[in-house]
Amino acid sequence: MSAPPSGRLGRAEVAHVARLARLSLTDEELDRYTGQLAQVLDHAADVAALDLTGVRPTAHPLPVVNVLRPDEPRPGLDRDEVLAAAPEVEDDRFKVPRIVGEAP
Amino acid sequence: MSPPGPAGLLAAAVRSGERSARSAVEEALATMAASDGGLHAFVCVTADEARRAADDVDRAVADGQDPGPLAGVPVALKDNLCTRGVPTTCSSRILEGWRPPYDATVVTRLRRAGAVVVGKTNMDEFAMGSSTENSSSGPTRNPKDTSRVPGGSSGGSAAAVAAGMVPLSLGSDTGGSIRQPAALCGVVGMKPTYGAVSRYGLVAFASSLDQIGPFATTVDDAALLFTVIAGHDPADSTSLAEPVEIPPQALGAGVAGVRVGLCPDLFEGASPDVVRRVRQAAEALAAAGALVEEVAVPELGYGLSAYYLIAPAEASSNLARYDGVRYGLRVGAPDVAAMNTATRTAGFGDEVKRRIMLGTYALSAGYYDAYYGQAQRVRTLVIEAFARAYARVDVLLGATTPSTAFPIGDRVDDPMAMYRSDLFTVPSNLAGHPAVSVPFGTGDDGLPVGVQVLAPALGEAVMLQVAAALEGAAP
Repeated sequence: MSAPPSGRLGRAEVAHVARLARLSLTDEELDRYTGQLAQVLDHAADVAALDLTGVRPTAHPLPVVNVLRPDEPRPGLDRDEVLAAAPEVEDDRFKVPRIVGEAP
Repeated sequence: MSPPGPAGLLAAAVRSGERSARSAVEEALATMAASDGGLHAFVCVTADEARRAADDVDRAVADGQDPGPLAGVPVALKDNLCTRGVPTTCSSRILEGWRPPYDATVVTRLRRAGAVVVGKTNMDEFAMGSSTENSSSGPTRNPKDTSRVPGGSSGGSAAAVAAGMVPLSLGSDTGGSIRQPAALCGVVGMKPTYGAVSRYGLVAFASSLDQIGPFATTVDDAALLFTVIAGHDPADSTSLAEPVEIPPQALGAGVAGVRVGLCPDLFEGASPDVVRRVRQAAEALAAAGALVEEVAVPELGYGLSAYYLIAPAEASSNLARYDGVRYGLRVGAPDVAAMNTATRTAGFGDEVKRRIMLGTYALSAGYYDAYYGQAQRVRTLVIEAFARAYARVDVLLGATTPSTAFPIGDRVDDPMAMYRSDLFTVPSNLAGHPAVSVPFGTGDDGLPVGVQVLAPALGEAVMLQVAAALEGAAP
């Protein structure tokens, strides 16, 4: 679909987007962000309403593709230095809480 | 030749042994200690490292070696440029205390050129903002009027140069984040051609728009710093293969015969005092022999909407990496998804959350084509419109910002009002073109006005040539 979406951005959509982005919002924040984001999207209506049939999209200002470097071994970052920045480490690996299990 | 600026003069004095790097660095550190309390341009001062680096430069000079074109020059870095072992926070709680395991390529190049890093500067969190108020450590104040913002997002780097603490600093410009604060603080700020400067070690905001560039008090110094940081870098696959050349005589060449397009779409809607300065700048260039004509590029008007869809979309993807696993903040929770959410909720500020959600929405199923896809097509329109303009003229001239520096607190609760500060700067980012802001007199309130010179990709030489002429003619 390329027609501009009808209707204003609502609270339920913002709550959904926050979940996708792994952000937790209070009710007050949800109200505030809904109003602010709707305002920005209202401004973007000028762009959403343009008929740009046949105009190709630009993802990047440079026409570079498949930039390759020689396949030669070279030193990477120091492992201890990298792990020193991690919140939790075990046996030279990043440690995280349980991944598989009950949803909160 | 245009006369060298204070950074160029200092480097020359250090290289010849006339002045020590250590004394230059001590002077910068003393000025920072005396004046930064009221401004908060710096989030971190690296005094010990700076003294060691300065002594290395002095030893090299004593040994008969040339430490490089920025020998002994104190430089401040925006806090989104990675510095090995030195905290790099992007003014965000989520990166508090993080010490990168490597230097950004621009930092390596600065050190190789003999420059001395004296500290990291305050910014809008993750470079999202136009006022440096969105910082986890509080706002930076404008040295010209401390009740006003310095602009943003590189507000600390602009203020540090404007207050005379350092002659040079680096910022990053995704939608105007170098040029806008340069204009509001009354210094020179330049966004290079996309790919001219390596982004390796620049913490990513919107990767197809981000570019690192210089702040300086003069055009000549900005060109000097640009020349040091520019060039191909195998670590950044988007860095250009060929260097952007600025012939040494370019800046002093004058503007006789240079075709300048005065672009109403880059100043209409600005406050009347800003518009007057832009017209005065055009007259000054015409008086100096430039061929000035009015060139309308109405497509630029769509730039702001396209930018505020594309940049948040790329940001929402880039900032997914802050998950509490490999570096930065972690807020504990029983399982990994809850830990991610708790960490991001506590670690990101309001504006960053706003942009992540906006970008996530613009990219989400059902809205992708109407918002992100449409914005990408508008990006093509902007690029094609610029190409038509540059078939007629060598550079475009406009305002950098719609107004002079606004009061602290004025726009924090009104995102759209804040975003409009970027109206005249975003088109160059969408196109990947260079642009520079040059101080040109003051507004009715006595605060600095910046005029903007835009050029097509790789057009840095003619752009800086015109900028140097404006600098010489500034009221």
